[in-house]
Amino acid sequence: MQFSVILSTAIRYMLPLMLIFSVFILLRGHNEPGGGFIGGLVAAAAFALYSFTSNLDEVRRALRVEPRTLIGSGLLVAVSSASLSLFFGLPFMTGLWYDEPLPVIGKVGTPFIFDVGVYLVVIGVTLLIVFSLTEEE
Amino acid sequence: MLLAVLSGFILAILAPWLYKVGRGATGWILAFLPLGLFVYFVGFIEPVAHGEPVTFTYAWIPSLSINLSFYVDGLSLLFALIISGVGTLIVIYGGGYLAHDKNVARFFVYILMFMASMLGVVLSNNLMSLFVFWELTSVTSYLLIGYYHEKPESRFAALQAMLVTGGGGLAMMAGFVMLALVGGSWEISTLFEQGELIQNHAQYLPILLLVLLGAFTKSAQFPFHFWLPGAMAAPAPVSAYLHSATMVKAGVYLVARLSPILGHTETWLYIVTGFGTVTMFIAAYIAWQQTDLKRILAYSTVSALGILMMLLGLGEHVAVEAAMVFLVVHSMYKGSLFMIAGAVDHETGQRHITGLGGLIKSMPFSGVAAVLAAASMSGLPLFLGFIGKELIYESTLESHIYPLALTGIAVLTNVLTITAAGMVSIKPFFGQEIKTPKHAHEAPWSMRVGPLTLASLGVILGAVPFAAEEFGALLVGPAASGILNEALEVHLHILPSAINNIVMLSVVTVLGGIGVYAVRGLLGKVVAPLNAVSAVGPEKWYQWTLDGMMASAKWQTHILQSGYLRYYLIITILTTVGLAGSTLILQGALQNLSAITMPEAQIHEILIVVMILCAIVLVLRTSSRLTAVAGLGVVGYGIALLFVLFGAPDLAMTQFSIETLSVILLVLVLYRLPTFTNFSTRFERARDLVISLMGGALITVLVLIETALPINSRLTPYFAENSYTLAKGHNVVNVILVDFRGIDTMGEITVLGMAALGVYGLLKLRLAKKDKTPEPDVSKPEPISKPTETYTPMPVKE
Repeated sequence: MQFSVILSTAIRYMLPLMLIFSVFILLRGHNEPGGGFIGGLVAAAAFALYSFTSNLDEVRRALRVEPRTLIGSGLLVAVSSASLSLFFGLPFMTGLWYDEPLPVIGKVGTPFIFDVGVYLVVIGVTLLIVFSLTEEE
Repeated sequence: MLLAVLSGFILAILAPWLYKVGRGATGWILAFLPLGLFVYFVGFIEPVAHGEPVTFTYAWIPSLSINLSFYVDGLSLLFALIISGVGTLIVIYGGGYLAHDKNVARFFVYILMFMASMLGVVLSNNLMSLFVFWELTSVTSYLLIGYYHEKPESRFAALQAMLVTGGGGLAMMAGFVMLALVGGSWEISTLFEQGELIQNHAQYLPILLLVLLGAFTKSAQFPFHFWLPGAMAAPAPVSAYLHSATMVKAGVYLVARLSPILGHTETWLYIVTGFGTVTMFIAAYIAWQQTDLKRILAYSTVSALGILMMLLGLGEHVAVEAAMVFLVVHSMYKGSLFMIAGAVDHETGQRHITGLGGLIKSMPFSGVAAVLAAASMSGLPLFLGFIGKELIYESTLESHIYPLALTGIAVLTNVLTITAAGMVSIKPFFGQEIKTPKHAHEAPWSMRVGPLTLASLGVILGAVPFAAEEFGALLVGPAASGILNEALEVHLHILPSAINNIVMLSVVTVLGGIGVYAVRGLLGKVVAPLNAVSAVGPEKWYQWTLDGMMASAKWQTHILQSGYLRYYLIITILTTVGLAGSTLILQGALQNLSAITMPEAQIHEILIVVMILCAIVLVLRTSSRLTAVAGLGVVGYGIALLFVLFGAPDLAMTQFSIETLSVILLVLVLYRLPTFTNFSTRFERARDLVISLMGGALITVLVLIETALPINSRLTPYFAENSYTLAKGHNVVNVILVDFRGIDTMGEITVLGMAALGVYGLLKLRLAKKDKTPEPDVSKPEPISKPTETYTPMPVKE
């Protein structure tokens, strides 16, 4: 597949920017529009565009982990964050918060970790589909 | 108590690791758990026999009043002792029996899980937790019957047992729900007081039938008896444990447990006694015609279960007492005989009695155990089986309905049982030696302990007056009291005090049994023509039902799931329009439509809508896929803009990202499609237009009606107020997603993950297929510029 030089040049600079942007969206989600789902979509779009311009091995190297692993670990993060409250004798999925806000990230609590899980799952799902389709070439 | 019930599950998880350490001795090591539980339950005998039953309650789902509550009275204690006691011997035996099997660790996992589930069934005081444990026994039994999963007949038998008992279990659950609603409690011990109320309720009959359906399927009563002989595909320890001593008795337990609530009515008497009587005779009749050791034992087990049901149906004091004695008798001799049958099979390679004889020389220990167990099974004096049989005759003679007929059938059943007992003990171990496929030798100690212990217990309890008396007072009495819900003192005597009718019946039975055993070869030829009936028997009904269900499933899947996306869409849209539209018309919601005032639209809003409409027309008219994708993108972005205008930034952001990704994905897919050809006919396009217009009209009407309704939602202010105070977030949408309705999100991401794996699987399958059978027109997708003539629609299912 041949894509334009413009896209392949631009994506080199856009990939890190889009990834940072996706994390930004994930972090602000709790108080401003954003969140794990949108963040995950943005990050996935970044890798999808990258996979247009380079061969798949390169993209996989850049991603470092298998998309399937991302789905699994995302689900694991989500379930663990939700189960944490069980250890404190509270019902499943009760939000637990660390009182002091951390710099940059802001307040940390189980709902936030849950959102991170969503973020990972969304990236994994999208990229698994994109990679499978690209591989079929 | 909770730990006692759940410890089996915990140890089951650890069993594979223990096996890595323990190897051949794992069975001996793991047996400490059931042994410990047995000792633990022995500790309850004293208090339960003398005082009040013990209850334990642990909150599980208190909001639905479903609790893990346990109730230890005489009845559940007797069952718990059998389960843990026989369980100990079975775990040891299983370790020896499967010593050379590479999957033996898996056996330990299943059997321990089964034991824990079974303990849960008999100790649960809550109907719902009883049901959960009940189904767990079905599941673990499925795994155990299918242990030799590479054999098709094992898989078939496992599925059959699962479907029959699982189906009955579902009926039972429905019965439980009705019972709890009528009786006002989920706790069995509370329902004991409601017996009269429930029996006079209009729903008594459906409750009774549903609950009995569960009990009858589980305890293999006619016409559901056929799964049990099939389940003999399981390894011998499984048959000895599940299919003689424990699981098949779960139905008996249920009937006994619910006796105070549902029992002692005419309906109960006729149904339970009736089915029990039919079962005990038919099964005994089939049993003596078998040649496979395990099948003889399986049918005689079904017969024994029939006897138990019959006795519980009668429900008199002596009948209940007889049931409890016979329950123990049967668990001992049948468990023992099943283990011996397994040992014989294991050491000789032969399971058919026609090929076995004179084994007593090579297998002396097993032979002695077999004879002792068979003597108890035959009800010879000085064996516990004798006491059991005397009590059975006493109950049938005292029956309120057809005492003579019942006694007659009971005698016939016992005659045939004695024949079967001879066939599994005398025939293989005595007489002329027959050469077996494997050189016969005695089984290892692990496989001797179980049968010897159980068989000699039958003698000790049957021959030592003190032991029999204690057994009656401490175990049978409290158990019978639990069934009757009133205190009952039981005195067991090893020999009758006088020669009466019952003793005469016993003599007749034993003589008859010996007679039938002697002439069984001839008799078998005489009755052989009768067996043609089995061609239309219950097992066939099962097969027909299953085949019918498969055929109808295939038929409706073929119609509803054609594999073409367009038909899925048509069906979905038409169903929605049909159901929602007809409701709207029937409710008269359409008359008020004209009264709805349209809100004023701003010029920029109108512009966006016009843009969307133009894009739709473009998508429909274009002959280029790329244009169509771009057009759809415009529609999506237009909708996202509307979200922005109406104050839903989160939705808009999501919509924007989704649209972008969809365009990317579509472009990826586009590359492997041939050039655009319009292959739908004019008629089809007209039909699609009509269907989509209907769908659009429905949604429009719904939105209009919705906006006209006064907004009366408590949710919006609730979320707005509590978003920050409870969930510490200002973005209400996100807080709903990850906190207030987080479980929904959890479900959604799980579904997303599974969908992605599905896509992955489908595409990988296509790839694998292509590697094997290269098809030039599909395997190398042509670039978009080079047209190919054929276009095959890609089915959704592959």
